[in-house]
Amino acid sequence: MNTGNSSRRQFLLGLVSGLSSAWLALRWPAILAAQEHAQRAAASGQPAKFQFFPPEEAVEIEAVAAQVIPSDDAPGAREAQVIYFIDHVLATFDRDKQPAYTQGLKDLRHRTQELFSSANRFSSLIPAQQIQLLSAIEKTDFFELVRLHTIMGYLSRPEYGGNHDQAGWKLIGFEDQMTYDPPFGYYDSEYNKGR
Amino acid sequence: MTKFEDKRPVDFVIVGAGGAGGVVAKELSTAGFQVVVVEQGPYFHEEDFTHDELKFKDIFDSPFIGREVLTNDHALQPNTFRKTESEKAALAAFVQYGQCVGGGTVQFTGNYWRFHEVDFAERSRWGPVEGTGLADWPITYADLEPYYTKAEWELGISGLAGANPFDPPRSKPYPLPPLPVKSSGVLLERGARKLGWHPYPAPLAILSQPYQGRSACAHCGFCESFGCEWGAKSSTLASVIPMAEKTGHCEIRPNSYVRKISTDKNGRVDGVLYFDSQKQEHLQRAKAVVVCANGAETPRLLLMSKSNLYPQGLANSSGLVGKFFMVDLGGLTLGTFEHPLNEFKSVRVTRVVQDFYDSDPKRGSYGGGGIDARFEFYPIGFALNGLPPDVPRWGAGFKKALKENFNRTLTVFSHTTCLPLESNTISLDPEAKDAWGLPALRVTYKSHPDDFKTLGFFRDRSLELLDAAGAGRKWALPIEDTIAAGHLMGTCRMGNDPKSSVVDKYHRAHDVPNLFIVDGSSFVTSGRNQPTCTIQALAYRAADHIIRMAKGGSIASSV
Repeated sequence: MNTGNSSRRQFLLGLVSGLSSAWLALRWPAILAAQEHAQRAAASGQPAKFQFFPPEEAVEIEAVAAQVIPSDDAPGAREAQVIYFIDHVLATFDRDKQPAYTQGLKDLRHRTQELFSSANRFSSLIPAQQIQLLSAIEKTDFFELVRLHTIMGYLSRPEYGGNHDQAGWKLIGFEDQMTYDPPFGYYDSEYNKGR
Repeated sequence: MTKFEDKRPVDFVIVGAGGAGGVVAKELSTAGFQVVVVEQGPYFHEEDFTHDELKFKDIFDSPFIGREVLTNDHALQPNTFRKTESEKAALAAFVQYGQCVGGGTVQFTGNYWRFHEVDFAERSRWGPVEGTGLADWPITYADLEPYYTKAEWELGISGLAGANPFDPPRSKPYPLPPLPVKSSGVLLERGARKLGWHPYPAPLAILSQPYQGRSACAHCGFCESFGCEWGAKSSTLASVIPMAEKTGHCEIRPNSYVRKISTDKNGRVDGVLYFDSQKQEHLQRAKAVVVCANGAETPRLLLMSKSNLYPQGLANSSGLVGKFFMVDLGGLTLGTFEHPLNEFKSVRVTRVVQDFYDSDPKRGSYGGGGIDARFEFYPIGFALNGLPPDVPRWGAGFKKALKENFNRTLTVFSHTTCLPLESNTISLDPEAKDAWGLPALRVTYKSHPDDFKTLGFFRDRSLELLDAAGAGRKWALPIEDTIAAGHLMGTCRMGNDPKSSVVDKYHRAHDVPNLFIVDGSSFVTSGRNQPTCTIQALAYRAADHIIRMAKGGSIASSV
């Protein structure tokens, strides 16, 4: 009996477009497996290895992610190691999105050559060029998918491989604790002082 | 752990271990009857409930990351949906319900509103509403009041009696004081008072203090859509189901998917046919059956239980099984504030207003509602769906907005009337099947024009409220046709006349003397989109009458 309402769901489900059915098919055991993998990798002390991406493709996807959530005085997608999150989900519970990435990377290379004839790698463009190119493809399913995975990797539990050092949570001001005591925020703190 | 054999008939088999089924199981087993509860979903425990948005967050808030761990899995049990009977229904994820031991009470927000006196008699009070089946209930608020009280005291509800001037009369205060107010509650209270409204502490099915051996809320913040790791949320999983099991004659049987209620040659029910987790079929025999499978799955099961004696489906001589389907309507309005609210901590809701609960002819439409204030997001869902509409979707501006808004955004949530329309239905899809080969649940639903007007009225009030509370920016989500529902009501309506209702006022099927139906499907009208409290009060009341009838020998089956 979750609360809900027409406009909210309409609004939110309206964002699903072509991506929903496969996401609906996600299974819990697959997610558990992804977590266990990430934990094993962390425990082994070895540098994380990519399970799905060849390293040169990981560089391209990371460059896109780094424009979705850029680095400035606070860590962005790159410092949050979102690329490892994306790699894990593509190797585990989001395996069926592999072809979308393979094709998307090809298209990205084409687009790069088309717009900037001297270049053939998105990652080698200067930031202004990267932004120009992504603005041109921001309505595509591929960009939407990388954006989604970047956001998920930035803000999900670090056990999934991203949100390194809780960089995403720190940015937004979210904490992960088992318990809190009141007051919780500014307004209830003021309210209680006035009593 | 009590185990019963399939073949030996137990006194009662209950279909569904949710908000209603858990209560009925506890009441019947405590009265000495042998009870088997068959539940579609798994049996989770507190240690299974973690702070993991990616794993648990529900489909509706974050469509991309819906896990459907605690709720029904649309990949295995698809729905189909159409707005009107003339359309062909297409695959959709329309209906959401808790699918685990404890049902929706495991992951619900915990809002626990009693119905008002008028909710049981709106047809008499307001007259007919064109195009609807608006009708009075066969019971009154006074009939149900003792059971509201019983539910509040037995399950553990926190609240402040007398704080809401619109509250109906009550025989006892809440057993527990309200939870500490959050910034969302303070802002609602500030805005509402400026407008001359009457905010009050939210009644919640969450323990503000230790109660009956259970822990108090630790304010961890993973509440709506999550199971409570402390047992502080008053789900049936944490409260009455352990009491039922302790009697020694109640067996909870998880991962058991009922496909048919079986009947004997005299037309009485004699058990349920169900699949276990290995898809092996079993027949659990019983002297009587209580269906508590929710307002969507209950009518589906009755329709799937058709037989030579019941060609239209079980308990369906009226033809009304599945009709008058009502859903949770409401609207979200958002605003940003200067200082941090830190709404990621503690329970969702701490203040409510019900100044516009009752219908008012001056509004030019029928309907009403209540308003609460909360932060309707977890981090990922917020980044995807919670930012102001003109914020860039990526890049430096997106990142800046994430940083500034996560702890400064408030959502005002209205909960409003859904009128009962005979044309809004749950039926069996003629083509689509689930993973067991059973007919998919087909939804036909379109809101009445008055429901839209009510939503518009509440959007305007919500924007006023945000203004009065001092919001900087504010925006409302659009009001559009519903394409999903989590509060499922009305599909086996209660009434005195077998021609115009499915169950009598004791929840006994008019057509079958040893079949009872107790859940949101019994609702005649929707109240104001907060059904759990009333579902559970009805369950306590129904159980009382079932026990009385069983002890009086008036329901035993021929088996």
